[in-house]
Amino acid sequence: MGSRWIWRALALPGLAWLAVFFIVAFYAIISVGLGNVTTLYQPVPHWNPLDWNVGYIWEALKSVVPGGGTWHTFLRTVIYVFVAVTLSLAIGYPVAWYAARHAGRWRGPILVLLVLPFWISYLMRMFAWTNLLADNGYATRALHTLSIDTLFQKVGLLDGTDWLGGQHIAVILALVYGYVPYLILPLFAALDRIDQRFIEAARDLGASPAGAFWRVVVPLSKTGTLAGIVLIALPMFGDYYTPDLISGSPKTAILGNAINGYVQGGPDKSLGAALTLLLSAFLLIFMLYYLRVIRADQRAAAGAG
Amino acid sequence: MSATSVETAAAGRTTTLRARLSNPWGRPRFLAVTTWLYILWSLVPVLLAIRFAFNSGRSRTSLQGWSLRWFYQDPTLSVFHDPTLQAALKHSLVLAAIVMVIATPLGTALALGMRRWSGPGAGVANIVLLLPLVTPELVFAVGMFLLFTTAFGFIGLGTTAQAIGQVTFTLSWVVLIVRGRLATIGRDVEEAAADLGAPPLHVVGRVLVPLLLPAMAASLLVSFALSIDDFVVSQYLASGADTTTVPMRIYSQARGGPTPALNALASIMLVVSLLALVLAYVIFRALTRGEERASPVQQLGMEMG
Repeated sequence: MGSRWIWRALALPGLAWLAVFFIVAFYAIISVGLGNVTTLYQPVPHWNPLDWNVGYIWEALKSVVPGGGTWHTFLRTVIYVFVAVTLSLAIGYPVAWYAARHAGRWRGPILVLLVLPFWISYLMRMFAWTNLLADNGYATRALHTLSIDTLFQKVGLLDGTDWLGGQHIAVILALVYGYVPYLILPLFAALDRIDQRFIEAARDLGASPAGAFWRVVVPLSKTGTLAGIVLIALPMFGDYYTPDLISGSPKTAILGNAINGYVQGGPDKSLGAALTLLLSAFLLIFMLYYLRVIRADQRAAAGAG
Repeated sequence: MSATSVETAAAGRTTTLRARLSNPWGRPRFLAVTTWLYILWSLVPVLLAIRFAFNSGRSRTSLQGWSLRWFYQDPTLSVFHDPTLQAALKHSLVLAAIVMVIATPLGTALALGMRRWSGPGAGVANIVLLLPLVTPELVFAVGMFLLFTTAFGFIGLGTTAQAIGQVTFTLSWVVLIVRGRLATIGRDVEEAAADLGAPPLHVVGRVLVPLLLPAMAASLLVSFALSIDDFVVSQYLASGADTTTVPMRIYSQARGGPTPALNALASIMLVVSLLALVLAYVIFRALTRGEERASPVQQLGMEMG
């Protein structure tokens, strides 16, 4: 077709925008992380790869291995994300399963209610908990009445009585609260797609309900589940505002807090950039996996449509 | 005796539980309870935060009667009279307006252009387009921040940088929405127009754009809502007090003994952003009336990507 130019011309401004402001922005992190600083600690990016200086990357790398200054923060980040994702799955899977398969005439309203948190500002949702978990807040009082606070103190999950004063459990639960809606939607889509006849067939062939679940439902929803996990794990690794709002203590600082401190607060912007690069490298494998899933989905949709 | 009765009761319960579990067509009450408890947990804290905005007292942790004091009656502390809160509200709305009018045409053109673009560049372009959706916002924000403080120093930090940053991640959403609509339109219409001798420019202008109006309206309002809820990018690219948005205000004041005026501010933004989405949905439905309805999952997919 001789009119190809028009489609290219339409795509050009948007692609140019993404190239300049997304690709080049990422290149700026590389250039600053592999750059230098002035005597006033202002970063001097090295745009030319031939001038790259690995000093800051090396320093950042040394800080995230055992014995380094950021090691504990890194470890804490991985543990927080792991526990929060596990809890999110434990909550999200049954909810998505119910909404997709058993909600009946409530399906529409339930879906709306499940999507709603998605469109409430994340900061607003965290702020809501700072109201409830304050000294005399409703959640604090309810947890006290139910003796959950003393129980948690006994098993070492709560240190003191201040829920907003550097508690691991509070930050982890806040992460679950913040990100579980983003997990439920892909889970719902994955579970909704499963043909009921497969489950019935498994049952007819003698599988127990649990057997049918583990050997039919779980494998069929595996891709969607993994995609959902990646979808919530990625932003958790880049989070700093949840610990800031729910704890504010260095005891619960995660990698995002470290990067935020270097880039926004202190003079070590180059070290912050280097840490951001390490984080990106660490997350790259997850991002690539997710991209693959989306693209496969798009191709399937294009094939069907 | 009592031990046996407990055992029988327990056995009785397990049989009924088993009977219920093994019936794939039964109503799983446990799942229903989990789902509704989850929905309550996900929304009640936010509802309470909104309720505290209407307190007549200063407390954000217990109910103290109803009033509009924190919205406009209080002469110094209310949203209407506190200049910092008012500035945040105004800036959030202005920013969202700028972002939606740039992102929608840019993204629509990009989606149109990429549909007809096949070749080696198309795959790369598609990945670049999806990258902003999987990159942790912190990484992206650090990159933008470093870019605007070094190479793009002539733009600098501030409203322009914030708008550019938000457009960059909103763009991918617009493309996904428009692409979803393009998939339902199919190629027949434009091919018919082309067969009847319409030049490519007319196919776009007179055939595709009118058909894409619902998707464009939805894109406008979705990018508005995304911009209003954004925190990380606005914070990294802000230049000072006059570029503070509502989520930034929440972040900086949530732990510093705020009054219910902060709740009032957050509630106003919540209502604005939900209104935008309801409007998006209503307009989309009205403009596509009479067409075959997409299933809720497809609609969700359209909104989520």
